[in-house]
Amino acid sequence: MNRRKLIELVGAPFAAFGVAVVVSSIVLVLAGYNPLDAFDAMWSHINGTDALIDAINDAAPYYVSGLAAAIGFKMGLFNIGVEGQYRMAAFWAAVIGAKVSLPAVLHVPFILIVAMLVGGAWASVPGVLAVKRNVNVVISTIMLNSITVALVALWLKDSHFRYRPNPADLVPKTKTLDRSAWMPDLNAAIEKIGFHFPANTRLHGYLVLAAVIGAVFYVLVWRTRFGFDLRMSGANPSAARASGVNPNRMIVMTMLMSGALAGLVGMGQMLSEGHLFGDQFPTGLGFAGIAVALLGRNHPAGIAFAAFVWSALETASIGLSNVEIPQEIAKIMQGTLLLSAVVVYEIIKRQSAAATLRAAAETTRAKALEVSTA
Amino acid sequence: MTATVPPETTNRAAGRRFALPESAALRWMIYAGGFVVVLSVLRVVTGVNDLTAGGTFSAALLLAVPILLAGLGGLFAERVGVINIGLEGMMVLGTFGAGWAGYEYGAWWGVICACLFGALGGLLHAVATVTFGVDHIISGVAINIIAPGVVRFLAAIVFVGTSGGAITQGPRISSNTGQFSLPLLSGGNLFGWNTPDPLQRIANKEWFLVSDLCGVVHGLTNGVAMYTVLAVLLVPASAYVLWRTPFGLRLRSIGEKPEAADSLGVNVYLMKYLGVAISGGLAGLGGGILVIENGRRFNEGQTANRGFIGLAALIFGNWRPGGIASGAGLFGFAEALRLRSSPGADSVLAVILLATVLLALVSLNALRTRKYVAAAISGAVAIVIGVYYWQAEVVPTEFQFMTPYVATLLVLIFASKRLRPPAAEGKPWRKGQTT
Amino acid sequence: MIDSTAIVLRGITKRFPGVVANDNVDLTVRHGSVHAIVGENGSGKSTLMKILYGEQPPDEGTITVDGTVRSFKSPRDAIAAGIGMVHQHFMLAGNLTVIENVILGDEPGRKWRIDVDVARARIAEIGRRYGLAVDPDATIDELGVGERQRVEILKVLYRGVKILILDEPTAVLVPHEVDELFTSLRDLTAEGVTALFISHKLDEVLAIADAITVIRAGRTVAHVLPADVDAHQLAELMIGSELPTPETRDDTVQPETVLALRGLCLHDGERVVLDEVEVVVHAGEIVGIAGVEGNGQRELLDIVIGIEQADSGSILLEGEDVTTLSTRHRREIGLGYIPEDRHHDGLVLEAPLWENVMLGHQTRKPFVNGPWIDKRAAIERTEQIIEAFDVRTPGAEVAAVALSGGNQQKLLIGREMLTDPKVLVAAHPTRGIDVGAQAVAWDAIRDARAKGLGVLLISADLDELIGLSDSLLVIYKGRIVAHLDPARITPGELGSYMTGAREASGATR
Repeated sequence: MNRRKLIELVGAPFAAFGVAVVVSSIVLVLAGYNPLDAFDAMWSHINGTDALIDAINDAAPYYVSGLAAAIGFKMGLFNIGVEGQYRMAAFWAAVIGAKVSLPAVLHVPFILIVAMLVGGAWASVPGVLAVKRNVNVVISTIMLNSITVALVALWLKDSHFRYRPNPADLVPKTKTLDRSAWMPDLNAAIEKIGFHFPANTRLHGYLVLAAVIGAVFYVLVWRTRFGFDLRMSGANPSAARASGVNPNRMIVMTMLMSGALAGLVGMGQMLSEGHLFGDQFPTGLGFAGIAVALLGRNHPAGIAFAAFVWSALETASIGLSNVEIPQEIAKIMQGTLLLSAVVVYEIIKRQSAAATLRAAAETTRAKALEVSTA
Repeated sequence: MTATVPPETTNRAAGRRFALPESAALRWMIYAGGFVVVLSVLRVVTGVNDLTAGGTFSAALLLAVPILLAGLGGLFAERVGVINIGLEGMMVLGTFGAGWAGYEYGAWWGVICACLFGALGGLLHAVATVTFGVDHIISGVAINIIAPGVVRFLAAIVFVGTSGGAITQGPRISSNTGQFSLPLLSGGNLFGWNTPDPLQRIANKEWFLVSDLCGVVHGLTNGVAMYTVLAVLLVPASAYVLWRTPFGLRLRSIGEKPEAADSLGVNVYLMKYLGVAISGGLAGLGGGILVIENGRRFNEGQTANRGFIGLAALIFGNWRPGGIASGAGLFGFAEALRLRSSPGADSVLAVILLATVLLALVSLNALRTRKYVAAAISGAVAIVIGVYYWQAEVVPTEFQFMTPYVATLLVLIFASKRLRPPAAEGKPWRKGQTT
Repeated sequence: MIDSTAIVLRGITKRFPGVVANDNVDLTVRHGSVHAIVGENGSGKSTLMKILYGEQPPDEGTITVDGTVRSFKSPRDAIAAGIGMVHQHFMLAGNLTVIENVILGDEPGRKWRIDVDVARARIAEIGRRYGLAVDPDATIDELGVGERQRVEILKVLYRGVKILILDEPTAVLVPHEVDELFTSLRDLTAEGVTALFISHKLDEVLAIADAITVIRAGRTVAHVLPADVDAHQLAELMIGSELPTPETRDDTVQPETVLALRGLCLHDGERVVLDEVEVVVHAGEIVGIAGVEGNGQRELLDIVIGIEQADSGSILLEGEDVTTLSTRHRREIGLGYIPEDRHHDGLVLEAPLWENVMLGHQTRKPFVNGPWIDKRAAIERTEQIIEAFDVRTPGAEVAAVALSGGNQQKLLIGREMLTDPKVLVAAHPTRGIDVGAQAVAWDAIRDARAKGLGVLLISADLDELIGLSDSLLVIYKGRIVAHLDPARITPGELGSYMTGAREASGATR
């Protein structure tokens, strides 16, 4: 039994990765490139400390985004709206965070809380609509994503939220946060244990936050009563309801939490890197989070691994420019990895279900035999 | 077995429902007529002539058709019980097919390849959902992630180096699918005779209602791309196929109760594959028309979430072709107004006035039926919008950009309780395994 | 030359993961006869019929139809060979019309045009000939249970089928509907149709069958003629002992009321679902509610459980007004629930048994400790249930899906009884489970009743309803139309109340 579990846990992602490699190789060959050149270029790029640190830094927002999506998935609620929620939250966190001046110990938590509140509030809109008006969450979150893009662009364009000390300044952005709101790097802490960072590389402090969120996620979902209600609602909503779980309350609560986590997705960029919200603020983190959550099977450890693979593929693809192969092959790899992973997981689920049935039937029969002979 | 009359039987509202409702065409004409009347009143009140100008409606048609095709695509998938969030990705595949084949071999080849590329996306979705039982939303999301990646990669290979082509943009497509004007009314060609164009003349007169109506009809029937004609014809064609043919009956039965079809020897897997492939093909056609007729070249991000709006039109239209067409038409109209807005004669502002009036009516009606909360909410919103109309000069383009999404959301909020999706939608099905 | 046998099955074997559903089954069915196949739930009757109808391939064995050996790849092949089947669970698409459901897969007309007129005429003709009247243009959603079954039979006859398989056709019918079905069957066999009749209701089998085959644990154990056996002997053959009965003998009804429903009304748009429903359940009393499916009993239970709200009226649980309280609150006061469909509302199949046992108790000690789950305590309780209710399972960590239907139901009943509820709401507590599990379920309900549990019982099995209940109410079109004494009523009489043929209270107490 344990061996089967191990194969499921480790074998499945590798099988999916293998499929992704094969498919992208075929695509490369059809396009007239040598796949080995491509993979070699990607490997040699990622195989360096600074690229690796980049990949880890970039993986952190994917991770948090993955957790935000996963908590919804765990109860069968498809919050496709993480994309909009993190943008909404990042914008307001930037605006409000720049308005206050606080000591560093308070400034960072203050901004994080603002982001969580805004993200949660914005995500609760589809939650409430689902409960009160029976509006499908998938559809409403998709619509709200587009609405968010427009709203944020509008606020950033001509309003007092825009920071424009010089009227000739054409790039819309918010005011840069005070130094007190910058998250410290991990470099100093890690260099104490003897690791030396290459020049100009920084390991973001946001990683600690991401790790803490992951741990809280695990405990909440698998160890608490709330998590129990959540998982049962996801697995069989009507049975959960008959057991006394209030499905409406669950939907709103889950959307709130998913949105609050989504609010933290942009904080890596906000507190560790750019320190403002502008039209250069990264997009697509929400959709990547969905992919990463699916790859990681909604488990914090799996999502961590998936987030790293996702970002490593992106970082590694930069190396492709050296051999003049389109970097977009990395996107194809990500996509096929995702699709083959969900297919492989499904196959394994079926096989292990059949195995459970068989094993249970056999043990039951053995027990019955014992009883009848005794 | 004749004495039992269970309680449900007494509740048999409308019996004859085998075919399309007999009065469907008539009903749609009444709706459309009412729509034009409202618009003409609004035009007179606000003085925004664009509201019923032929140009607005031909733009609306052009913008509605991609949504329409995506919606019809959604229809075929969901009628076999497969939710298709991947419509957007399949449209993206269609844009590349059209951009490439349209440039290389001509517009009609572009149409065909748009359909084929979209269908490939549909097949991928079918493999994941039907054969492997992957959750439909998950597979759809995956396709939406894969498709732009694949297209970007292909564009990098195919378009870079062509004249005017780059990784985000294809070369210009020189040919088109031809144009059609209605003979005798909108100046169409009849056996080589260039017929007059009376509708245009009347439309120019600015007679209340008459000119409005003529303007609208002229806009919809003059110089319409053959691709658009094809797309519009797909609406009755879909209705015919789904409700009049054995194939359509089998498709629909699978969206309702696959076990039933299976127990009568219908190949459920095959039907599901066909339905989802057709879905992808239609979505691809929707992407293709953006390239061939609207943009005249491939552009990255050209679909701009129209696949999702198509999905919304599908729901808005209660999983019926006519409903989808009206949803797509409404969203296309909203977008057309945005494109044709100008300061001082802002069509969107005019529509905002309309929304205020409608909401006020909803509020009054709620008051009458003693739904005080609903009355208060719609009344408050009406007042807010009304004040906005009063003080606003120009509506920011972002607001106009939001219009279809907000409209969709509103429709879902106010109508989702009367919707009837296919019963087996989203449920995985495996032969010999009844749940 | 046609053999006088319509069907011959030889050595049919079918294995599923861990189980042998059919083990070397032999069966011979004569032309124009009604051949009954009896066996308890889970004995493999349905699997055998699915094999005969081409829905599942046998692992071994041969099927001979009208003297020709056949191998069916799909129901289409079986239909072509003249075999049709009416499934236990209706195979009808709710949003489609009767015509559409009947012609599906065998549509008249051309490839690109269904000829509706031909279809309508043919269906009307068959309906007239066999007395199967139903509105061809109604959608299935609009039809009642009896009508839906008629549509199922129409589907089969429309295909010109000569061999008709009926899988538990009487499960959802009231007695006089059963009589009508039997009349139709007699008409059909007179016209040369052969019928295979699957059932575990022995009286019905003896009434209709020309020949009987008994199946036990996937094996054929006997071929008998109805004239040669009685119900007791048949039960002996079927399970090796007498069938358990749901009789409650002693009177345990106590004076205090544990559950009172006062003037409950519910509307679905214009339709009246429940109309001024009044029910009182005393401690130690089982109140049965009889009714044809779709007369409001399901909604009534939902309202009592608290997953639906009534438009008006009130619910008193242990004297406390719980009308506006949540399901969770009601459970905490002392409400247990055995749902109609254990897979849909009762269990989380992919979750382990201990999590399933927690379900419904997840706010209470020992399962939780503040916000934290106490897995060890949950496993302990689960093992107690496994022991006390004879749940056959490898352990508490196994997923519920791995258990047989009977064992799942035993676990479910054990879970609901675990915290000694004051009121139990039970819907079809023994539907589709084997006799062993059935006996456990009945014993559990009887024991709890003796200790003062009040039970609100709904069942389609009229023997169960009459046998267990201390008091019997009949619901028809959302109204309680009769209040009967179960000691003085027969299933036949009860059936006529249920269909509204008899009204006013009969034996009012």
